[in-house]
Amino acid sequence: MTILEIIVLLPILAALGIAFGAPARATSLLAAGATAVASLVTACQFNVNREGVGNFSFQYFGGEGFAGRKLFSVEGFPEISLAFGLDGISLVLMILTAIVLLAAIWISPSEGAIKGSSKIYYGSCLLIGAGAMGAFLSTDLFFLYAFHELALIPTFLMIGLFGFGENRVNTAWTITIYLGVGSMILLLGLIATITGLNATTFDIPSLIATAKDAGLERSAQMWIYLPLLIGFGILVSLFPFHSWAPNAYADAPTPVAMLHAGVLKKFGLYGLIRVANPLLPEGADALTNVILILLVGNIIILGLVTIAQKRLDKMLGYSSVMHMGYIFLGIASGTYIGTVGAVMLMFAHGISIALLFALSGALRDRYGSLEFDKLGGLAKVIPAAGLLFGFAAFASIGLPGFTNFAAEVMVFFGGFKDFDGTFQPLQWATILALWGVVISAVYMLRAFRNVFKGELAAKLPTVNDLTLNEKLPVLLLLGTLLVTGFIPGILIQYLRPCLEGLMVVATGG
Amino acid sequence: MPVYFLEVIVVCLGLVMLLTDAFINIRDKRTIGYFGVLGLLVVIGLLFNVETGNADSAESVFWKFYAAGDGKALFFKGIALVSTLIVLIMGIDFAPIVVEQTAAPEKGAHPQAGLGEFFALPMFACAGLMWMASANHLVSIFVSLETVTITFYIMVAYLRRNVGSLEAGVKYLILGALSTGFLVYGMTWLYGMTGTMELPEIGKALASDSINQTGALFAFALILVGMGFKVGAVPFHNWIPDVYQGAPTPITAFLSVASKSAGFIVFMRIASLYMGSGAFTGKVTMILTILAILTLIVGNLVALPQTNFKRLLAYSSIAHAGFLLMAMACAPRDSLKGDTISVFNVVAFYLGAYLLMTMLAFLVMSALRTTISGEGLKSYAGLAKRSPFLAIAMLISMASLAGIPLTAGFFGKLFVFKLAFEQQQWLLLAVGIIGACAGFYYYLKIAASMFLSEAPVGSDTSAIRVSPAAVMAMVFLMIAIVVIGVNPSMLMNLVG
Repeated sequence: MTILEIIVLLPILAALGIAFGAPARATSLLAAGATAVASLVTACQFNVNREGVGNFSFQYFGGEGFAGRKLFSVEGFPEISLAFGLDGISLVLMILTAIVLLAAIWISPSEGAIKGSSKIYYGSCLLIGAGAMGAFLSTDLFFLYAFHELALIPTFLMIGLFGFGENRVNTAWTITIYLGVGSMILLLGLIATITGLNATTFDIPSLIATAKDAGLERSAQMWIYLPLLIGFGILVSLFPFHSWAPNAYADAPTPVAMLHAGVLKKFGLYGLIRVANPLLPEGADALTNVILILLVGNIIILGLVTIAQKRLDKMLGYSSVMHMGYIFLGIASGTYIGTVGAVMLMFAHGISIALLFALSGALRDRYGSLEFDKLGGLAKVIPAAGLLFGFAAFASIGLPGFTNFAAEVMVFFGGFKDFDGTFQPLQWATILALWGVVISAVYMLRAFRNVFKGELAAKLPTVNDLTLNEKLPVLLLLGTLLVTGFIPGILIQYLRPCLEGLMVVATGG
Repeated sequence: MPVYFLEVIVVCLGLVMLLTDAFINIRDKRTIGYFGVLGLLVVIGLLFNVETGNADSAESVFWKFYAAGDGKALFFKGIALVSTLIVLIMGIDFAPIVVEQTAAPEKGAHPQAGLGEFFALPMFACAGLMWMASANHLVSIFVSLETVTITFYIMVAYLRRNVGSLEAGVKYLILGALSTGFLVYGMTWLYGMTGTMELPEIGKALASDSINQTGALFAFALILVGMGFKVGAVPFHNWIPDVYQGAPTPITAFLSVASKSAGFIVFMRIASLYMGSGAFTGKVTMILTILAILTLIVGNLVALPQTNFKRLLAYSSIAHAGFLLMAMACAPRDSLKGDTISVFNVVAFYLGAYLLMTMLAFLVMSALRTTISGEGLKSYAGLAKRSPFLAIAMLISMASLAGIPLTAGFFGKLFVFKLAFEQQQWLLLAVGIIGACAGFYYYLKIAASMFLSEAPVGSDTSAIRVSPAAVMAMVFLMIAIVVIGVNPSMLMNLVG
């Protein structure tokens, strides 16, 4: 067993243990804590300078020459192996997953407070986390896809069983069917890629090498890239495939909203960076303008929709969809700095949205409703929640001092990296995207004012401020944002060599 | 040990069970079922120790109608044996229903008068199914197929005090006889066109230039009707929902897994003769493509609104027949020969996975049948609270049937889609993807009824008793589904 295999298997084993009667909360916390510690230890052992430019590779932590376990090899079908490896991108996302999983489990209600089976509650959270972790760490395309789907049914059960509101069962159906269809389209695209490249393996580094040697024609690449873009796009809630997300996040129980919006949704973006763009560079190039139009839709149209929201949780759901636009912009810029910014923003957004959902979940537990009309002046009653929410809102807007700022700046610089005086679609999209910052500021500050400032709203029940079990995970998330915000080099040192290598491979330079 | 000993042993086991039931007064006749289970376990063990035989020996010449030396045949014999085994285990849990619905009116009769044959009959069907897997000669195919079908006529109509079961029996009998008529007529045409009944010889004759194409295709069309009925292909599927709904649950499972699998291997053996000869490849591929598209559309879309669990599984079985036909329609054409996984292996793997997941669903269902009346989806509401184990088993089965990754069912679909891509069957692929998406809904609907709906107020919430044999079978199937979903070599190596 390599350390990476343990990191993926630990939550799954814990979920199994819970099914067989282990105490749900204690086991989950232990597993999530151990995963977080193991992830950090692995990150420290990661050899940053191992990957020279153009010499893109994974670190497997399995001794000399170890590159995964071969599972399935039949003539005429690409070889499948269970392989978990680390490069800069997956390292950053591994830390994101570990931290958000720990926080999500920590902030979950105690067993007694759960209406229904606490086994299903905690087991599902662990499986969602394990699915995301497995997807980010797999260096085999098959398991990259398969692990992501591990989260599908737990999400369905969690929203249907423990969600909020009358419509929770409908919401559970919507997200499951939507994501199911999305992953079917994605599967189509992946099979097309594999068949098109005549691949003999699902191993991603080998696939990249194959794609580099025997690249497909531009038109073929475009047609294969399209289902990948739609499939990954649905999973990331790219405009106009976003309509599942806001309702799902609004109705989902707090840990699911945190894990889904914070971690799982990043899978689609990860897939574009890890699979679609390196394997089909020409296809990505051919469809850049389409992506640019869609991402501006994400930022401007959905940004305006976010402003119009009347409920905090819905607003957060839309804001999380909107912010995906920046990440797409970083990826679509095709520049090195833009892509680093995109991955940084995946990290930053994951942590900050999890933070926001954690706090809004705490408010919902206290007041039962999150409509702006019915709340107001809460900072007087629950000052700690107000202060922390203020921090989270500033992070989400992208103020300096938080990782979001560093990441967004890099994305915007990426848009103008190759600017030669003539405005290309990329530059127009970047300029439009800049307005997104203003839009974020409008809705976030308005929400903060409506909920926490002003006159104390009438008819509110008396409540206690955040408990320790709520404060600590929130502080964990906030601390992560501040540390990596003040010293973004912590993340960039991992991303730089890896992305330089990957981009050299992708562009054939 | 020669391969055909296996069939002999299974028939003998069946006879012993029948005679025991007739002449020895056993208090609890479920013992006969346990005896059958043990016997079949031994036969499954023997399956790995048979000698596949020398093709030139005198014995093999005599047994020409029997493809003994054929790994495919062994795999399908395995499917027949394992499904019969599980059917017997299901029957043990299902016994109270059988007793209730077959009660003898005479005084002094054994309280379980009708139960013994319920365990013996599947053994004879099993022998027939195993023979079908090896049948290599038109007469041999026909005789083995009829052995199976006639046994099924009895088993489907077994619950003689239940109108539904009798109705199902009559429907199956009439339509089955009709399809047999088509099949025999097709076989005579094939014999007339080629002058031989041995499949390898027929293949050679079909490939020669002197063959009358119209006649041979007519034969294929007729055989297609007969085999389409067996495997549940649209438009020959009309019997499936009614018969599945009316038949006793273990027999429904048997029909849906074993009968379909054996149908597929015979169908593939005959279709491959045509696919292998250049003149027919295109036409047969087209016929199969149309059949697959129809089957996928009807099976998946009609399953969507179903509210009866058995009817839903009936349409699901049609849908899966569609995916299997899709694989057959994607057999490599001459112009596109490349490195592809063999179609036969794909179909065999798919059927193996299908056995695991469908049997698991039916096991849960028959375990519930004695405590939950009715098979409507509503009657499963709140099951997750009442019996988490059964609910999880059903969830895994449904996830696999829907083709969610990390389950065996996903690999079945993945292989089929890959084949379709390689053969550039775009329309078929589109229909297949739409069908798979529809599957997400109707399979998860079952999970939703168990996990998300509350049981009606005042309903029984006591724990559900399941026999240890059934629990063991469920655990085995669950583990197998997940393990094969991670590492498909486990099943693929058995295929050969």
